[in-house]
Amino acid sequence: MKQELIKPYGDTLNDGAVQLSFTLPIENSARARKAAELYASKLNLENVSVVHAGKISDNFTFFVVYASAVPTIDYESVETGEVEVRVMDFYEINNTIEKKLNRLISVVGATIGNDAHTVGIDAIMNMKGYNQDYGLERYPQIKTCNMGAQVSCESLIERALQMKADAILISRTVTQRETHIRNLTELVELLKAQDLRDRFLLVAGGPGITNDLATGLGYDAGFGRGTRPSQVASFLVTKILEKEGKT
Amino acid sequence: MDGHYLEKGGKMAHIPLKQKQISRVKNLARKISSQVQGFISIHSSISVERTILRLYGVDGVDNSGVPLSNRVVNSLLERRGLNNGISRFFSAAMLVSGRDAQETAQSIERREISFDDIAGISQEDVDKKEKELAKRALAVLDGSRKRKKKKLERYPLPSQPWRYLIVATGNIYEDVTQATSAVHSGADIIAQIRSTAQSLLDYIPYGPTTDGFGGTFATQANFRIMRETLDKISEEEGRYIQMVNYASGLCMAEITACATFEDLDILLNDCMYGILFRDINMKRTFIDQYFSRLICSRAKIIINTGEDNYLTTSDAIENAYTVTASQLINEAMAKDSLLSEDLLGLGHAFEIDPHVENAFLYELAHAQLSRQLFPKSPIKYMPPTKYKSTDIFYSHCLDTLFNLASVTTGQEIHLSGILTEAIHNPFLHDRYLALGNINYVFNVARDLGREIEFKKDGFIARRAQKVLDETEVFLKDIEGEGLMEAIAKGRFANIKRPLKGGKGLDGVFEKGPEYTNPVMDLIVREGRTGEDGL
Repeated sequence: MKQELIKPYGDTLNDGAVQLSFTLPIENSARARKAAELYASKLNLENVSVVHAGKISDNFTFFVVYASAVPTIDYESVETGEVEVRVMDFYEINNTIEKKLNRLISVVGATIGNDAHTVGIDAIMNMKGYNQDYGLERYPQIKTCNMGAQVSCESLIERALQMKADAILISRTVTQRETHIRNLTELVELLKAQDLRDRFLLVAGGPGITNDLATGLGYDAGFGRGTRPSQVASFLVTKILEKEGKT
Repeated sequence: MDGHYLEKGGKMAHIPLKQKQISRVKNLARKISSQVQGFISIHSSISVERTILRLYGVDGVDNSGVPLSNRVVNSLLERRGLNNGISRFFSAAMLVSGRDAQETAQSIERREISFDDIAGISQEDVDKKEKELAKRALAVLDGSRKRKKKKLERYPLPSQPWRYLIVATGNIYEDVTQATSAVHSGADIIAQIRSTAQSLLDYIPYGPTTDGFGGTFATQANFRIMRETLDKISEEEGRYIQMVNYASGLCMAEITACATFEDLDILLNDCMYGILFRDINMKRTFIDQYFSRLICSRAKIIINTGEDNYLTTSDAIENAYTVTASQLINEAMAKDSLLSEDLLGLGHAFEIDPHVENAFLYELAHAQLSRQLFPKSPIKYMPPTKYKSTDIFYSHCLDTLFNLASVTTGQEIHLSGILTEAIHNPFLHDRYLALGNINYVFNVARDLGREIEFKKDGFIARRAQKVLDETEVFLKDIEGEGLMEAIAKGRFANIKRPLKGGKGLDGVFEKGPEYTNPVMDLIVREGRTGEDGL
C-alpha cells in the first residue's frame, strides 16, 4: 500500500509548525503563561512557545502559541465527503439544460424554521449571486422561486408542488442548539409522509452544513460555507439528467 | 454630543458640495415624509395602543406568559373594537375599579371588571383621568432623560468615534460577562442583539431570559440587568457606557417604552427596514415608527437607522444613492417625530467589493458624503460584512481600513468590525482583537481628517457628487410616485412589498371619531423637552 505521510509545514518539511490562539479564564501572570504552555503540551504539541499573553479583562487572558505538532497523517487514506460533480460554468449549464433536457429546470428555495437569515439562500438564488458567480435567478434555463426566510415546511412543499419543482433548496444559517437539524429533519419527514420524497432533489446549504451531515439526514446533497451558485446548479443539472436517463 | 463635527479641534477636510443642492434633496425628503405623515396621523395600531397602556403603568404577564397589555387591548378589541383607542376605555375602567393601572389591568384579565361596565362614567371624568395618565406617562419619559443627564454629568462620554460592540449569546447572564470584558478592552457602546425573529413576535417576552437563538430576547428585565451592569462599569471606568437595543418589528413603540423605563441610550429604529427586510406591513411600520420616535424624542434616545442593509443585498457602488436617499427620508421622518439632529444616528456601511480598484477611495467618498449631509448627527458606520473572509487575518485587514476611513471622516458611532464575522458570533478574544485594531488606528490617525484636503475635482469629490446627483434624481421619482407606491414597486433594495402585504396589517386601524392618544398629543404639544427644557 502506497503511503503519503504529511504534517504541518512552517519553513522546513515535517517541522510540524502550528500556531494557535485561545483564551483562559485566569488573570494574566507568569503562572498564567505557564498554564497556557502546559495546556498546549497536553494537546500533544512539542516545542511549545507562548509568544503572546494579553489581558482581555479581569480574569481573562488571551494567548498566542507556536508549537510543533507530533502526529502525521497518511494523505492516501483521506477521502472527502464533499459533493463530487464536475462543476460547469453559467453558459455550459444553460446549454446543457437546453440541449439535453429540453425544458426549464424549476427550483424553489427557502430558509426554513425560525431562522431569519436569507444571506445563504440569497447568495445562491439572487440574480447578483456570490463571489462573481451569477445566482440561479440569472439562468435563463432555470425557473426559480426564492421564498425567503422563516418559511414553514408545509408552505414550502405546497409551492414546490405548485411550481412542479425539480429541486428544493434549503438554507440554514443559525445552528445554535442544533435547531437546524430539527428543521431539516422535519422537512424530510413531511415529504416522506406525503410520499413526495422522491419527487424532488433535496439540497441543504449553510455555513454549518456538510454533505455528510445532509445526506445523513436524508438529503441528496449538502453544501457548506463558500459554495458558489454554479456548484449547486451543476449538481442539480447532473442529477436531473441522471434521474431522467438523459446523460 | 451637541458639538458640530467641524468645530471639534479644527476644521475637517471636506468636499465642496453645493449648499443649494443639499437644500433641494432635503426638501424632497421632507415632501416624501409629509405624504406619509398624512396617512400616519389618521391611523393607529394594536401595538401603539399597547404602548399607551405600558406608559400608563401596565406591566407583567398572565399565567401563560401573555403580557397584560396584550390581554387588555385584545379584550377591548373583542368587545367594542379598537377604533376609538384604548385610552378612553381604560381610563374609564380605572375609574370603575378605583385602582391604579396595573390593578385595573389585572381585574380586566381576571374578568372582575369588563369594558361593558363603564357606561356610568361621565365623559368629563374620563377626560380628566386621561390627562392625569398622560402626564404620568410623560413624567416617566422625562425621568429617564433626566437620569441619563445626571449620569453624563458624573461620567463623561468618551471621544468619538464611539466603539460599538455587540453581544449575542442568547443568555442575559453570559451577555453581561461578554459586555463587561468588551468594555474593559475599550468598548464605549454595548448592543445586545435580539433573538432571531423577535421582530416578528406581536408581544414582548417577559422576565430575564437565557434561551435566545442568535441573540438574547429583548425584555424589560434583560434591559435592566444589562443597564445595571453598564452603570457599574461606567463607575469603574470613569466613562459613560451607552446601551443599545432594537425597536423594530411588530413591537416598535412598546420596546421603546420599555427602553425608556430602563434608561437605554440608543435604539435601532429605521423607517423602512422592517418593511423591506422582515416583510412587515408598511402601514404598520410607519404608524408604529412615528409613535416610537416621538417617545425617543422626549426620553432623549438616539435612533440608529439601518441603511447598511441596502448594501448587503445589492451592490455598494451601484446602489450607494439608495443609502443617501434613505438617510434623507429617515431624517425627514425623524424630524416629523420631533427628534433633534443630535439624536439621528443615520446609518451607512463599508461594504464595497475589495477586489474593486480604489475601493477605499469610494468608501471615503461615501463616508464623507454622509458626514457632510448631516453635520450635527451622530452618523453610524457599519463595518464590512459581505466580503469578510473566513481567512480571519485577511478580514482583520479589511477592518483596519474601515477603522481608518471612520476616524478620518469623523464618523461618530463606530460599529466594530470583527475578524471572525464570516464564522461565528464573536468569541471573547475576537472582540479583544477587534478593539486592539480600533484603538491602534484611532490613536495613530486621530487628526488625519483635519490635516488632509480632498482634491477639488479629484476622484473622491467627483464620486461624492455623483452619488448626490443620483440621489436627487431618485428622490424626485419617489416624491412623484409616493413612498408607499415606490416601496411596492421595489424601488428600495430591489424588494417589492405591496401596501396590503406583510405581517401585522391586521393590527392597523383607522382612528374613529372618538379616538384619543393623550400621550402622543401631549408630546406633540409640549415638544421634545417639555416645560423644564432640560
